Amino acid sequence: MKTIKKMRYNWEASVLGLMFQLNQKQKAKRRVKSGRNWKSEYLTPPLDIANKSKMLVARHILRGRHANERGKVAWVTSGAPAEFLKALGFYILYPENHAAICGTARVAEEISSEAENAGYSRDLCSYARTDIGSVLSGKTPIKTIPKPDILLVCTNICQTVLHWYRVLAHHFDVPLILIDAPFIYTEASDHSIEFIKRQIEEAIPLAEKIAGKSLDPQKFAEVINLSRDASMLWMQILDRCQHRPAPISAFDQFIQMAPIVEMRGEVETVDFYAEMLHEIDQRIAQGVGAVKNEKKRLLWDNLPIWYRLRYLAEFLGQHGIVIATSTYTNAWGELADLYDPEKPLESAARTYIYPMLNRGAGDKLAKMKRMIEDFHLDGVILHSDRSCKPYSIGQMDQRDRIIKDLEIPALLLEADHNDPRSYSEEQTTNRLESFVEGLGF
Amino acid sequence: MPAIQSLGIDVGSTTVKIVGLDAAGEMVWHMLEQAEPRVEHQIERFLELAKGETLSLNGIPLVSTGYGRKLVKQANRQVTEITCHARGIFREFPHSGTLVDIGGQDSKVIGISSAGKVVDFMMNDKCAAGTGRFLENTSSRLGVPLERMGEEALSVSEEHPISSTCTVFAESEIISLLANGTSVAVILRGLHRSLVKRIVAMIRTVGIVSPLMFSGGVVKNPAITQLLEEETGEEVVMPQRPQLMGAYGAALIALELAGD
Repeated sequence: MKTIKKMRYNWEASVLGLMFQLNQKQKAKRRVKSGRNWKSEYLTPPLDIANKSKMLVARHILRGRHANERGKVAWVTSGAPAEFLKALGFYILYPENHAAICGTARVAEEISSEAENAGYSRDLCSYARTDIGSVLSGKTPIKTIPKPDILLVCTNICQTVLHWYRVLAHHFDVPLILIDAPFIYTEASDHSIEFIKRQIEEAIPLAEKIAGKSLDPQKFAEVINLSRDASMLWMQILDRCQHRPAPISAFDQFIQMAPIVEMRGEVETVDFYAEMLHEIDQRIAQGVGAVKNEKKRLLWDNLPIWYRLRYLAEFLGQHGIVIATSTYTNAWGELADLYDPEKPLESAARTYIYPMLNRGAGDKLAKMKRMIEDFHLDGVILHSDRSCKPYSIGQMDQRDRIIKDLEIPALLLEADHNDPRSYSEEQTTNRLESFVEGLGF
Repeated sequence: MPAIQSLGIDVGSTTVKIVGLDAAGEMVWHMLEQAEPRVEHQIERFLELAKGETLSLNGIPLVSTGYGRKLVKQANRQVTEITCHARGIFREFPHSGTLVDIGGQDSKVIGISSAGKVVDFMMNDKCAAGTGRFLENTSSRLGVPLERMGEEALSVSEEHPISSTCTVFAESEIISLLANGTSVAVILRGLHRSLVKRIVAMIRTVGIVSPLMFSGGVVKNPAITQLLEEETGEEVVMPQRPQLMGAYGAALIALELAGD
């Protein structure tokens, strides 16, 4: 029985993954041959590396199908110190990432309704509703997701995750590790970092018990090292967009960030971003920009609107506008320097106390002002995300300060990252058009 | 009548407006009608009538604005209401200020610089609570015609607070107030206050720069103007033809196109 399962796993995770990659390459070649090139008049075709990221994500998903048979599975929040779980060999699933996949596949509304029908309020985060809806109904665009053996939640991104994961813990009847991150306004105090460090320390024996093995300090340091390397490469990629024209836009970044979130701490992720950086440098050398005729450059604040990425990219692209950077994609790279393989535990504590959402609104404003200067930006779009309250709070004042202090226009755009029912295309377009006219075309 | 040199058409959710300008940018012709379900036919009819005024539309630039601006296939350019309203009002009041425009399904606050540029703008969020539709929705429920609602509200000094969050909630509040015997005028005054509070929140976001200017179809309602003055402490000024500011601005932009 075990042999059959192993064969099936190898077949799906390795052979199918490879076939998928070859198929993607063939498809790309056929498109070029048949002249059916990229269909956008305004946007440059995606990077070649995009095929590889699709393959990486697809293989991760295929591995996930057999993860329960092959080992232990952890579900973790996007900002959680998951490196010790990775070092213990857990297959790691990010429900937020899965929810975003549901969003881009445009099934989030249907799946969220499953949670709403079970009594969960529509005022809850749409990621939480998508995840809970998926758990309750079994619906997912990726066929199946592995069940968790352990849950890891860190409150450094919001408080909703705590209640969301308590629901999961109750549903799956599995242990929940809580890492409570004190809120930081300026600098984290030593005792705050010590507080997080001790919580991770306390969590390790439980994770070891479930994993059935001890945490190898060398392996832990290795994973921390890989997380750092991938984050550093990601940060370099983002910083390359300071070039004019920006080689990739935030819309490309939203798609290409999947490995840094989902597969942080893996060798392949580091290789992937090294290759991506190389291709971006080639673009810069050739003077190729994400938007063919770049005239204006903007900042995007908050999560993307997953179900309308292409529409928004095209709309802005036709006006020669590139979103050169975003606070969201930046969040996955800006803490790279804090990882220290020499002190894996302490550095994990330090890294995961500093995410942007665990800091004050003033910190985000200062960050945006720096980005506006470094990336030579002409304006800002602040996505007021109905689902993500911690990210959206303070945006009215941030917008006001940007307009007054930097004298550049800033638009507050109301939508939701995953629930299309909280998005009105007509109104969004109208506001965007007015904003674009104000940029001085 | 001087020859029309440019045209601006504002296809709004409630009304359609067209304005013709002479070479000096003075309004020499205009029309305003309730929007018809087949607005494309209405636009064609408007343009036929414009042709009647000028003999030929050849070479006369046309700019469209409003929610239905993309339906005006004949337009040389489609420009948003924000830009057009700012342009129109600046022609009449050539100085900085804050414009409040309340239309059928949309309300907006626009900060205008001393050079006539849009400094900042704010539009109502997805709910219609700060728009003319808010009043329309409750008009039939209260049995007061839309055009008399403002006067009725001002006929009393007492008012009952109504939720400004949502038109649907407001309507259910009204139903229970009516059931409790509250007078229609008292409810109406509260209803107007609630709409104005919603607008004032938008004004505060953009920031008030005097004078506070007011345009759009809701200008015809005297209670809104009075309460707007009360809530902001500012004197409200209105253009001569408040409903035509968008179309006027569009026609002014069209006139510039002619000069290019």
